[in-house]
Amino acid sequence: MTALPYLAILRARFVLMLQYRAAAWAGVGTQFWFGAIRVLTLVAFYAGAGKQPLNLPQVVTYIWLGQAFLAMLPWAPDAEIAAGVESGNVGYERLKPVDTYLLWFARALAWRAANTSLRAGPVFVLAALVLPLTDMADWRWRLPSSPTAATLFVVSITLTALLSSAITVLLNIVTTAVRTPRAASFLMGFTNLFSGLVLPLALFPDWAQPFLLWQPFAGLADIPYRIYFGALAGPMAAKGLAAQALWIIVLALIGRWWLDRVMARIDMQGS
Amino acid sequence: MNGTALYLRFIAISLRSEMLYPTAFMLRLVSQFFVTVIEFGGVWVLFARFNHVRGWTFAQVAVFYAITSIAFAIADGLSRGFDSVGPLLIKTGNFDRILLRPRSSALQITGRDFALSSVGRLAQGLMALGVAISLLNPDWGVAQWLILAWAIAGGVSLFFALKVLEGTLAFWTTEGLEIANTLTYGGEAAAQYPLDIYASWFRKFLIYFVPIGCSLYFPVALVVGRAASGVPPWLAVLTPATGVVFLFIALAVWQVGIRHYTSTGS
Repeated sequence: MTALPYLAILRARFVLMLQYRAAAWAGVGTQFWFGAIRVLTLVAFYAGAGKQPLNLPQVVTYIWLGQAFLAMLPWAPDAEIAAGVESGNVGYERLKPVDTYLLWFARALAWRAANTSLRAGPVFVLAALVLPLTDMADWRWRLPSSPTAATLFVVSITLTALLSSAITVLLNIVTTAVRTPRAASFLMGFTNLFSGLVLPLALFPDWAQPFLLWQPFAGLADIPYRIYFGALAGPMAAKGLAAQALWIIVLALIGRWWLDRVMARIDMQGS
Repeated sequence: MNGTALYLRFIAISLRSEMLYPTAFMLRLVSQFFVTVIEFGGVWVLFARFNHVRGWTFAQVAVFYAITSIAFAIADGLSRGFDSVGPLLIKTGNFDRILLRPRSSALQITGRDFALSSVGRLAQGLMALGVAISLLNPDWGVAQWLILAWAIAGGVSLFFALKVLEGTLAFWTTEGLEIANTLTYGGEAAAQYPLDIYASWFRKFLIYFVPIGCSLYFPVALVVGRAASGVPPWLAVLTPATGVVFLFIALAVWQVGIRHYTSTGS
């Protein structure tokens, strides 16, 4: 088995996604606005509050990171594969002389990477560079706490892309199994809450913290973001990275096993 | 057939087509309920940590959250047709057919898609209201309930108007634009909290420019018992009317959009 076809898919999908720059720009405006609303809400909660697990500048940076890396969240299955499930074309996946799991994984990874690379930069420019020039400088996106934190963040966000792709493939498989993309949308609420997008996980009740670090969704946002501003450092950062790596392996193994079962039972209908 | 009868006929057809796929319908409904309930859970987590936000308690904020969700759910269910004006009607050239019919285009588009699955979001709003009432144990009389109902009516008009404006934008852009969500979903997200928690420029934006504050914040604050400063009760009771006025303005803008429309069809 050679990696070449998968790398080619990765590259082709990436280039394809870069064609939709206008849509990405419109997305950036939307994300900046939603980030601003979230910042305004949390600023209000922090006004007059005592000491919290994260301070306000950290929470604000967390929110901007969440908006910049929003495309990392696996909200839906691969649109083309979902359409293929409804039309029956998903059966053709079996005819391609490549491993279906790796094919789907490469597609998902390319989509996440391309979308994120288009959106993260502009959000950074707005929130980290333009905002400090206004009278809202307190609500800006701050730089990483240290060079070590920055390096670990790059490692962690890369793991996030892999984790997100593993979950996307699982959503593809669920969609294939039940024959409707709707089923996957159930997960969306959990993804938003337990990744930390709705609210940084550190602000959840203290008794829930050990569980929150080790559930699969934390690796989609919360772990890399907390590493970024040093709230997870040293052995805690190592734990966070380990949780991400563990879930990538577990979910990939489940995905592989399940995909074989689903594909073995697939019914080809249609003309 | 008059306008109302025609609209009811449209709804009946839309419901029948939605019910042709009962499983997909139920999935949509239940997943909407889940996603929004989890968001409400996030609000509870915030209050478990901070106890209050600028003096507002969880129970009080839950009233704002509930009334906004209910208004948005109803508006969303009624206005789904305007979501797809760009991709489904203008891009395909099908909008010409709508113009050929001797009926108002806004009525036809509203009738095209009646999304009953919004009941999922509505159920979440009612549940949040139940939580709020069980915590607050308020002594609301008929007057308070009427004010809340009137606030919901104002909110529905306002969110509906925003959807009409979003659809109107498609006359110029052809494609729908994600950025239009900033006012609809963004407005909903902002109005789920009492507006006085926000910075003043944002509060002013939501009162004078997109009058979500007028439709929802003033009357609900009055009912909850922490009236907005500088707004006498009689004015707070009147302000949801701005939502209705905004709807008429949006429909007028829609007419301007139609005059601007040139067919893209082949």
